[in-house]
Amino acid sequence: MTAIPHDDHAHHGPATGLWRWVVTTNHKDIGAMYLWFSFAMFLLGGAFAMVIRAELFQPGFSLVEPEFFNQMTTMHGLIMVFGAVMPAFVGLANYMIPLMIGAPDMALPRLNNLSFWILPFAFLILVSTLFMAGGGPNFGWTFYAPLSTTYGPPSTVFFILAMHIMGASSIMGAINIIVTIWNMRAPGMTWMKMPLFVWTWLITAFLLIMVMPVLAGLITMMLLDITAQTSFFNAAGGGSPLLFQHLFWFFGHPEVYIMILPAFGIISAIIPAFARKPLFGYASMVYATAAIAILSFFVWAHHMFTVGMPFAAQLFFMISTMIIAVPTGVKVFNWVATMIGGSMTFEVPMLFAIAFVVLFTIGGFSGLMLAIAPVDYQYHDTYFVVAHFHYVLVPGAVFSIMAGVYYWLPKWTGHMFHEGLAKVHFWMSFIGVNVAFFPQHFLGLAGMPRRIPDYPLQFANFNMISSMGAFLFGLSQLLFMFIVIKCVMGGKKAEAKPWEGAEGLEWDLPSPLPYHTFETPPKIK
Amino acid sequence: MASSTHDKTPAYYVPESSRLPIAMAFTLFLLAWGGAGVLQNVSGIQQNSSGVWILSVGLVMFAATLTVWFTKAAREHMAGLNSEQLQESYRQCMKWFIVSEAMFFAAFFGGLFYVRAFELPWMAGEGAKAATGMLYEGFEYTWPLLTNPVPEAVPGPQEAMHWTIPLINTTLLITSSVTLTFAHHALRKEHRASLKNWLLATIVLAVVFLGFQAYEYYEAYAHLGLTLDSGIYGSTFFILTGFHGVHVIMGTIILIALYFRVLKGHFTGPDHFGFEAGAWYWHFVDVIWILLFFVVYIF
Ligand SMILES: [Cu+2]
Repeated sequence: MTAIPHDDHAHHGPATGLWRWVVTTNHKDIGAMYLWFSFAMFLLGGAFAMVIRAELFQPGFSLVEPEFFNQMTTMHGLIMVFGAVMPAFVGLANYMIPLMIGAPDMALPRLNNLSFWILPFAFLILVSTLFMAGGGPNFGWTFYAPLSTTYGPPSTVFFILAMHIMGASSIMGAINIIVTIWNMRAPGMTWMKMPLFVWTWLITAFLLIMVMPVLAGLITMMLLDITAQTSFFNAAGGGSPLLFQHLFWFFGHPEVYIMILPAFGIISAIIPAFARKPLFGYASMVYATAAIAILSFFVWAHHMFTVGMPFAAQLFFMISTMIIAVPTGVKVFNWVATMIGGSMTFEVPMLFAIAFVVLFTIGGFSGLMLAIAPVDYQYHDTYFVVAHFHYVLVPGAVFSIMAGVYYWLPKWTGHMFHEGLAKVHFWMSFIGVNVAFFPQHFLGLAGMPRRIPDYPLQFANFNMISSMGAFLFGLSQLLFMFIVIKCVMGGKKAEAKPWEGAEGLEWDLPSPLPYHTFETPPKIK
Repeated sequence: MASSTHDKTPAYYVPESSRLPIAMAFTLFLLAWGGAGVLQNVSGIQQNSSGVWILSVGLVMFAATLTVWFTKAAREHMAGLNSEQLQESYRQCMKWFIVSEAMFFAAFFGGLFYVRAFELPWMAGEGAKAATGMLYEGFEYTWPLLTNPVPEAVPGPQEAMHWTIPLINTTLLITSSVTLTFAHHALRKEHRASLKNWLLATIVLAVVFLGFQAYEYYEAYAHLGLTLDSGIYGSTFFILTGFHGVHVIMGTIILIALYFRVLKGHFTGPDHFGFEAGAWYWHFVDVIWILLFFVVYIF
């Protein structure tokens, strides 16, 4: 019966050459590929952001055509959300979760590699739409109908199918992660012993499985409206553009938590390590994460206060949204309480983590302002919204990814990164991000709409400041790339546990990590 | 056979390397790229002549890669590589896959609910947003919706779909779930002959279901004017029954594959995950139909 070659026991090393990365089933290889892919997309999406900020540098300035400007805002959003932030977290999950729970690999290694390799193809299609007749998607990353259906460019069909395979990748990745955590924990690794990064990813994977198929259903309806003249989003035939928005945000709001819950997990690992104190309120962190996830299914229409919803619906979505501030507040409280009385040091991962806590909280507060339906009537679709979600996504999600990369880089590469350069990277990023996005609050409050290529004179100063901050932030990421490559190439040798206060199974393993780890499960104290 | 692991926990089989994932990823790329081209072409959005070739290659590769992948997984299992823990991974994977499929349908059910509970009554001047009705003078909300809000732009169907054929289909699918359960019981008791017969019966019922469904679509297009472009009633009707039908086709292919595996002597009483997963999938498709039968045809 044994048609299988005798390779059932994975003691050999990786295949040689570049082919290794194509056929690999190793969670560390796949995690690394996700992270590099994500970084490439981060630079590409960042380049698009630079075009946007250059165009907005001065009023009356015309660097690109307005039509192309729209494609830039759309592609910037799509690439950053689906190409940079999500794959980065999936990469960290792939790399770290098996190490954190004492598993030999992910539950389904081949499916894992499929999930990754779909992404380069999906984004190849997505980016190629820019070169198609009529240009790429120009309707904003939320691709509202009828902008994307009746008035979309011909390439929209390619955009939809790229999103379809990207979504399939996300679902398969999420299933793999959830099964790994559920089924692959080493004996003794009970639920409430799991590191919070594992907990937050378990819940994130659940969210992905629940909402990515809804996105798939939604873009299928779009596809039919475009190609088969169905009436899902066409009021003349009895459908409704609002149906699009309801379905989109039913996906979209959990989606923003998909991009932030793993960040909570990373921060919850880093702050105790550098405060040299156990995490304050571990159990409450777990419950708060679950609460945020469950609530996220009942808040979606806070993105739609101005579309003409019944009063009762506005009230409901306003209150449900504000309730989310409670579990989120628990988290911020716990991080601060962990730091209080700790013997803190400020290595680069900790700097990013502290910046995360402060700046994410600012983003959270502006979110609360937006949650108030009557005032949202003023803020809606202004730069205030842009400032809000960039505060939670850039010094939120992206800073947490950078914190995680600096935290685990010695473990991955076996080398310490250049501390001085990394500190320069941190401060440039920190200053850049605030200079870029803080003035956008004022622009929004003063009434500057989002997604426009030009603006009246009174917005000139803040826009110029914002653009300069954005250029600084963009430049500092090239430094980040340099630091990471330098660390991969060499550097001071890293010990198994380079951070004195770090906790977790991954630090029991040597640095750099052997190709296969925990082939026999570790003993958990 | 699995090389000796003297540990109590059997080693978890991690395949050394595999070309299947990249083949499948590339296949999906071809399907997406070719599919988009074909759709552009047939809907007249844009001339695209290469799409059909790319899509065809993609479809062939899809069938081939999937077959090779599943065959390999089955062989690995029968070679004893899959520990109890790995089998549990497969089981959980299948369950979550079904959850994701349920959410895919939830989007369409949700859309139908939104349109019928809120949007159309508002357009007809009823309810909390009755002011919407000012835009659609004379529009009345009935379901099935035969007169659309702007009938000049989107003419509605002449007739609604009747529930007799669907009722037959409901009976067929419920029966098929029962026969499949009989097959499953026979497998557990190692009654191979009875297993084959019940499984074959299930496949026949599935094919008859698909036949009726095809006939219903023919009726809709030929005699009722119920088409994809006949407004929201047609849109929701075809998306729900259509994607359900696609799932029945996939389920039937799975059942046929299981039948051939049974003929080859695969599966034993205590060990038949492949069969079990196929059965779960089939029952899921059945449950979706029952839900669909009520909201699409009855209410
Ligand atoms: Cu939201």
